Amino acid sequence: MSDLEKFRAETREWLEANCPEEMRQPVREDDDVYWGGRNATFKNDAQKAWFEAARDKGYTVPSWPKEYGGAGLSPAEAKILRQEMAAIGARPPLSSFGIWMLGPALLKFGTEGQKKRFLNEIARGEIRWCQGYSEPGSGSDLVSMQTYGEDKGDHWIVNGQKIWTSYADKADWIFCLVRTNKDDKYKGITFMLFDMAGEGVSTKPILLISGNSPFCETFMDNVKVPKSYGEDCPGYVGEINRGWDVAKYLLGHEREMISGMGGGDRLTAIGTAMTRHAAKNGDEIDPVLRSEMALFDVDALAFTAMAEKFMDEMKAGKGHPAQPNMMKYVGTEINKRRHELMMSAGGSRSLEWESEETRGGKAPRDWLRTKANSIEGGTSEVMLNVISKRILELPGG
Amino acid sequence: MPLYHTEDQAMLADSARGFMAEEGNISKQLRHWRDRNCKDGFGHGLWKQMAEMGFTGMLVSEDDGGLGMGHVEAGIVLEEIGRNLTPSPFLTSSVLAATALGHASSDLKGRYLPGLIEGESVFAVAIDETAKHRPSRIGTRAEKSGNGFKLSGSKSFVIQGASSDMIVVAARTSGSDEDEDGITLFAVPQDADGMSQNPVRLVDSSMASHIKFDGVELDGDAVIGEVDGGREVLNAMLAAGRVGAAAEGVGVAQGAMDMTVDYLKQRKQFGKLIGEFQALQHRAAHLYSEVEVARAATIKAQQLLDEGAPSADLMTSVAKAKVAKAAGLAVKEGVQMHGGIGMTDEYDIGLYMKRDRALAEFLGDAYFHANRVAQLSGY
Repeated sequence: MSDLEKFRAETREWLEANCPEEMRQPVREDDDVYWGGRNATFKNDAQKAWFEAARDKGYTVPSWPKEYGGAGLSPAEAKILRQEMAAIGARPPLSSFGIWMLGPALLKFGTEGQKKRFLNEIARGEIRWCQGYSEPGSGSDLVSMQTYGEDKGDHWIVNGQKIWTSYADKADWIFCLVRTNKDDKYKGITFMLFDMAGEGVSTKPILLISGNSPFCETFMDNVKVPKSYGEDCPGYVGEINRGWDVAKYLLGHEREMISGMGGGDRLTAIGTAMTRHAAKNGDEIDPVLRSEMALFDVDALAFTAMAEKFMDEMKAGKGHPAQPNMMKYVGTEINKRRHELMMSAGGSRSLEWESEETRGGKAPRDWLRTKANSIEGGTSEVMLNVISKRILELPGG
Repeated sequence: MPLYHTEDQAMLADSARGFMAEEGNISKQLRHWRDRNCKDGFGHGLWKQMAEMGFTGMLVSEDDGGLGMGHVEAGIVLEEIGRNLTPSPFLTSSVLAATALGHASSDLKGRYLPGLIEGESVFAVAIDETAKHRPSRIGTRAEKSGNGFKLSGSKSFVIQGASSDMIVVAARTSGSDEDEDGITLFAVPQDADGMSQNPVRLVDSSMASHIKFDGVELDGDAVIGEVDGGREVLNAMLAAGRVGAAAEGVGVAQGAMDMTVDYLKQRKQFGKLIGEFQALQHRAAHLYSEVEVARAATIKAQQLLDEGAPSADLMTSVAKAKVAKAAGLAVKEGVQMHGGIGMTDEYDIGLYMKRDRALAEFLGDAYFHANRVAQLSGY
């Protein structure tokens, strides 16, 4: 048996022993997802057991090094773990912007002291992070942001407002882009880390068309951000005034993550589930709708192959650096189309906004939520700009 | 298996790319033969050269004298064929017929495979009986007669039928037209008595035949595979042909897109390069994305087919449909973005549009395969 086969066998055994049956069901409610943090509570014992087992094994962040709370898996091993988890439908034991975004940035740009402290906290789900990028007036044109940090020697005094800070009302800390030099658009931004319990930070949820509010406005009123949290642990990532490098790197990660929502790695046609679901309720799928679903499935299954190819190429260092923009563009457009079709397949039932049977109008709320996919993390139009400039090398500003 | 080419495959791609750009390019092949109104629609000299490159027998097993390669490798050659619009019997002979012959008796293999490997022989496959691909319905009949069979019926749009030394014919030996079982494949030589061909030139300058079989007498040893059990071989042949057509389509799409993007960087209007206009940039970037997704679906289908995976059939239809859509977009955007010059015969972009149309129709169009994706997925 090769090492990888052995690893697969062990992983299967470990999952069998440690992933409770209840954690092998699709995520249905918001609290089916465990986000960690200072004030986190578990929905049930199974969620707690699964999280703790995964945390102790380093499987909340499988490919991070062991000294930072990961399991130190090689890319091939991490792929096997993903496949085995997908095979039993296991939920992620911990979801967090720390894992998806800040972690990768710290791994690349952080000091040893920052890695030791923050990566371990993230891996153990102790601190819940949110991301402070966009501002009113600075959406996809992020570098036009105005939030300002005045240099006071050993600290900054930060004033300004962020918007679209996902789950800011539930987060403990924020990684935040702050202008520290007003003269240089790009080389005047610092990537700061600070505690949201500190004085001067307040948040307000933004009610969306979906009727939910995962997003917030975040206000900073004379917030004191230390330049250091102790030895070798600065209060910012990368260099002062060079936070744009970190942000750019991170946006790449965000785009991969959002594009992944249209993907998954199983060859499953959506039309099957939609048709079955309709039939169960005594509805008939119109032949024209069926053909729309079939054409959609062609695109979605082809994109699944693209997502797999993209991951394989990234791991081998073969991908074009702007390829995540293409993935984000295609993945989010597909996800929107998927939810349009689901609304059609569900008929009038998809219109129910509040009922137990529809789990509180999940279908229409999810449908409306997907409309943000091609806006958040850079709009589809910005993605197309990047593709045309950086991949196709088309001319002009 | 990661979804990119191994080092060996990348080397093959390099040599296929160089060869096809040099020897198989549009002015040397497609335009050359078209302008001479060539009755075959392709050049036998190039076919011979392709044999010397080792391409013709790449899907033939090593035991049978071939290279024993897979669909990923055949796809590499096909993509370059597509990129250069190279007219050749590669898809019909080296992919479709070779796959069928892989299931044949050693006698039949001995008769036909050496000629294929040496680039001497050209084969065709006769499946469709109507203008739309519908392999579930086979009406052409082969009745038992003495030690052999008598073939009657007709086939339509047999690509390179009149240029072929042998035609693989799917016929019914029992049951009714729509039955799954009762199909038998035959290797029918070009000179068979009672077979008449009516060749027609298609929009892409290729030749296709409408064939009539009027009591064509065939020996028992003309049977490929099992009598009445030909559906399985037919399906294998279709899968190979469809994934191959997808690969060629990726090449057509890439070729058309490259031409168009180059043009956007050269052509000036209103005092600007037209590639500076955001309206065109966004369409070009969308096109790029579609072509990349189609390419990924194709290599995934090739790998699954080479592995003999159960999902290969589904992914093959996904790839054929996705490529048809993406390549269709590439040629339409290509002609439109070229403007007036794109409508001229002198300029190559229109040739891509013609080839794409023929290729998209071959072995099932995007709608046929989308429908198949739904059926295979149980809805």
